[in-house]
Amino acid sequence: MPLDLTLIIVLSLPLLGFAVNGIFGKMLSKKLVGSIATIAVFTSFILATTLFVRLDGTQIVKLFNIVDHDNFKINASFQIDALSVWMSLIITGIGSLIHLFSIGYMSNDEGYYKFFSYLNLFIFSMLILVLGSNYFVLFFGWEGVGLCSYLLISFHYNDKHKGVANSLAGRKAFIMNRIGDGGLLLGLFMLLGQFNSLEYLEIGQSLAANTHLGSGAMVFIALCLFIAATGKSAQIPLFTWLPDAMAGPTPVSALIHAATMVTAGIYLLVRSNFLFELAPSIKDLVLYIGLATTLLSAFIALRQNDIKKILAYSTVSQLGLMFVALGFGAYSVALFHVTTHAFFKALLFLGSGSVIHGMHEEQDIRKMGGLAKLMPITHFTFLIGTMAISGIPLFSGFFSKDEIMAQALHHNIWAYSILVVAVSLTAIYMFRLYFLTFHGNFRGGENLKSKVHESGLSMTLPLAILAILSVFGGILNLPGLFFKGSAHWFDNYLSQGTFGLEHIHNVHLDFNAAIQLMIFASTVALGILVWAYFVYFKKGNLAKSDLELSSWEKLSASKLYFDEAYNYLLVNPLIKLSDFTGKILDIKILRNGVYAIADGVLNTANLSRRWQSGFLSSYLFWMIFGLILFIAFYILKISI
Amino acid sequence: MDFYLFVSIALFAIGAIGAMTRKNMIVLLMCIELMLNAVNLMLVTFSTFYGNGDAQIFVFFTMVVAAAEATVGLSIIIMAYRNLKSIDIDMYNQLKN
Repeated sequence: MPLDLTLIIVLSLPLLGFAVNGIFGKMLSKKLVGSIATIAVFTSFILATTLFVRLDGTQIVKLFNIVDHDNFKINASFQIDALSVWMSLIITGIGSLIHLFSIGYMSNDEGYYKFFSYLNLFIFSMLILVLGSNYFVLFFGWEGVGLCSYLLISFHYNDKHKGVANSLAGRKAFIMNRIGDGGLLLGLFMLLGQFNSLEYLEIGQSLAANTHLGSGAMVFIALCLFIAATGKSAQIPLFTWLPDAMAGPTPVSALIHAATMVTAGIYLLVRSNFLFELAPSIKDLVLYIGLATTLLSAFIALRQNDIKKILAYSTVSQLGLMFVALGFGAYSVALFHVTTHAFFKALLFLGSGSVIHGMHEEQDIRKMGGLAKLMPITHFTFLIGTMAISGIPLFSGFFSKDEIMAQALHHNIWAYSILVVAVSLTAIYMFRLYFLTFHGNFRGGENLKSKVHESGLSMTLPLAILAILSVFGGILNLPGLFFKGSAHWFDNYLSQGTFGLEHIHNVHLDFNAAIQLMIFASTVALGILVWAYFVYFKKGNLAKSDLELSSWEKLSASKLYFDEAYNYLLVNPLIKLSDFTGKILDIKILRNGVYAIADGVLNTANLSRRWQSGFLSSYLFWMIFGLILFIAFYILKISI
Repeated sequence: MDFYLFVSIALFAIGAIGAMTRKNMIVLLMCIELMLNAVNLMLVTFSTFYGNGDAQIFVFFTMVVAAAEATVGLSIIIMAYRNLKSIDIDMYNQLKN
C-alpha cells in the first residue's frame, strides 16, 4: 500500500467509526458499537506502525487546496515524519487500549454509542492535529480536540446529582481553552503575515535562509504559540480546567491526560522548535512557567482526597516537567517523557477507573483501603504505574525524568533543585494515594465492601499491557552509560527525522556526573518509598478530615486558592460587567432608547391621525386652505 | 367686465363654501356644478375681452365633462343610498378605521 493511502486510511478510520456509531449507534447492540470503535482505532494503530516501519525522511501528502490566494496557499496536506508518526502511534496505541477499557467501564451507561462516537472523533481530531503539515490543519485538529473534550467532560450532563457540576466543568475547560486558542490564532496570523505560508517546512526553510528574521516578530509569535500551549497543556495560569475535567468518565480522563489533548501543547512547541530557537526569551519563559507549574501542582496534589484529582494534578506536574525540558531546548527529551507519561498515566487513570468501577462510583480515597486483596490485578498494575511515575529505578519514568534532570543540572542548578523537590513531592503523593487506596483496612463500610469486585477482562487486559509498557518504556531511550551502541535511540530517531531538530543536540552528561545523578535520584525515590511505607502503611496515617488539617495542608487541600483567585479577579468582575451591560446598558439605555424612538413615532402618528377625520368637508376645507396659501404665497412673491 | 368677474368669483365662493359645509350629497354635487360654471363664466369673459375664441371651445369641453361627471356622480349617490339608506356625506367614513 502506498504511503499516502495508508495515511489517509489511518486518518479516516476513526472518522468512519465516529460516523457509523453516531448515526446508527442507537440501533446497534452495545457489543457491536464498542467493537466498531475499538477496531477502527486499533486498525489505525496497525497502519500507523507500518508507517513507522517504512518511515523515510519527511514526506508531504497533499489532499486538496483550502485557500488559494495570490499571496499564499493553504492546503489540506499531511506530513509524515518521525515526530508526527510517533505521536500517532501514541494516540492510536494508547487510544485503542482506552477504547477497550471503555467497553467494560461504560457497560451500564445509557449514552454508550454516543460515548464511543465522541471517543473516535477525539482520536480523529488529535490525529489531524499531529499529522497536519501546516499550522492551519493543526488548528483544525486543535479545535476539534477542544470540542471533543467539552463533549466528553460534560458527558453526564443530565446526572441527577452532579449534572450541573459536570456541565460547568465542561464549560470551564472549553472557555479556558478558548484563551489559548486566541493565542494560537494570533500566532497564526503573524506567521502568515511574516512568511505568506503556514507550512512547517516552508517557514522553517525561510527562517534558515534569513537568520536576521529572528526579531521582535519571532518573539511575539513564539509567545502566542506558548500561550496556546499553556491552554491545551494546562500550565500556569491556564491549568485549573484540567483537575475539573475529572468530571468526565474515567476513560475520558485517561484519554485527555495520556494520549490526546494535553500532549497537543508539547507537540506544538516541539513542532515549532525553529521558532522557539530564535526567541530565547520565550524559551526562558517556558522554563519558568514549567518550573512553577510542576512545583505548585505537585504541592496541591499532596492533600487532595479524590483519587482522580490527585492524578490530575500529577499530570499537570508532569506536563510542567516536559515544559522545563522544552525550555532547555531538549525537545526529544520532552517528547520521551510524553511517551513514558502516556504509558504510566494511562495505566494509572485506567487503574483508578477500575477502582471507581469496583467501588461503585466512589472516588474518595478516605473511604477506600485494603483494596489489594479485593482487586489483585488492578492493585498490581497500579503499583507498577505508581513506581513508574515516582521514578523508582529501572521503571520507564525513571529514565525520562532522569533525562530532564540531567538537562537541568547542566543548564541551571536552581532549576535542578526545584525539580528535585517537585519530583520528591510526586513520589510522596503517589505513594500516599497507593497506600491509602490499596492497603490498610477498608473504610467504606461493610455494605460497600461486599460489593467491591475485580473488573472484567476488557478492563484488566489494557491495564496489563500498559503495565508492561510502563516497566519497559525506558528502553526506548537508555542513557549512554548502559549500552553505548544502542543508547539514546529515541533521541536519534526523533532528531534525525524531524525538521529543525537535526542541529539540536541534547546535553549528555559525562559518565561520573550521570551516574551520580542516577544514584541520587534513585536514593531519593527509594527513600520516599520506604518513608511512605512507614507513614501511611505501618502507622496507618489516614487521610484526615477537612477540620484536622494544619495550615499548609489546608493550603494544599484548597488548591492554593487558584480557583478562588480567578473567581475574585476575573470571573466575578466579568459577571458584574455582564450584569452591567445586560441590565443597565442593554435594558435601560439601548432597549429603552429604542422604545423611546418607537413611542415618539407612535405619538406623532396618533396626533396627525386626527387630521384624517374621514369627513369629506374637512378634507375639502384643508384643500382650499392649501390653495389659498399657495396663491397668497405667489401673490406675495410677485408683489415683493 | 368687472361685473362678470365679480359674479364668477361670487359663484365660485358660494360653490366652495357650500361644498365645505353642506352634508347632502346632491347639494354637494350641485355646488361642484356651480364652481365649474363659475370657471366657465370667467373663461367666456376673458375670451370676449381678448377677442380670442380658444377659451370658448374649452368651455364646451368643460360642459361635456361636467355633464358626464353629474351622471357618474348621481349614479354613485344612488348606489351609496342603497348601501346605507342615507345620502349624508358624513355617514361615509368607514375607511377611517
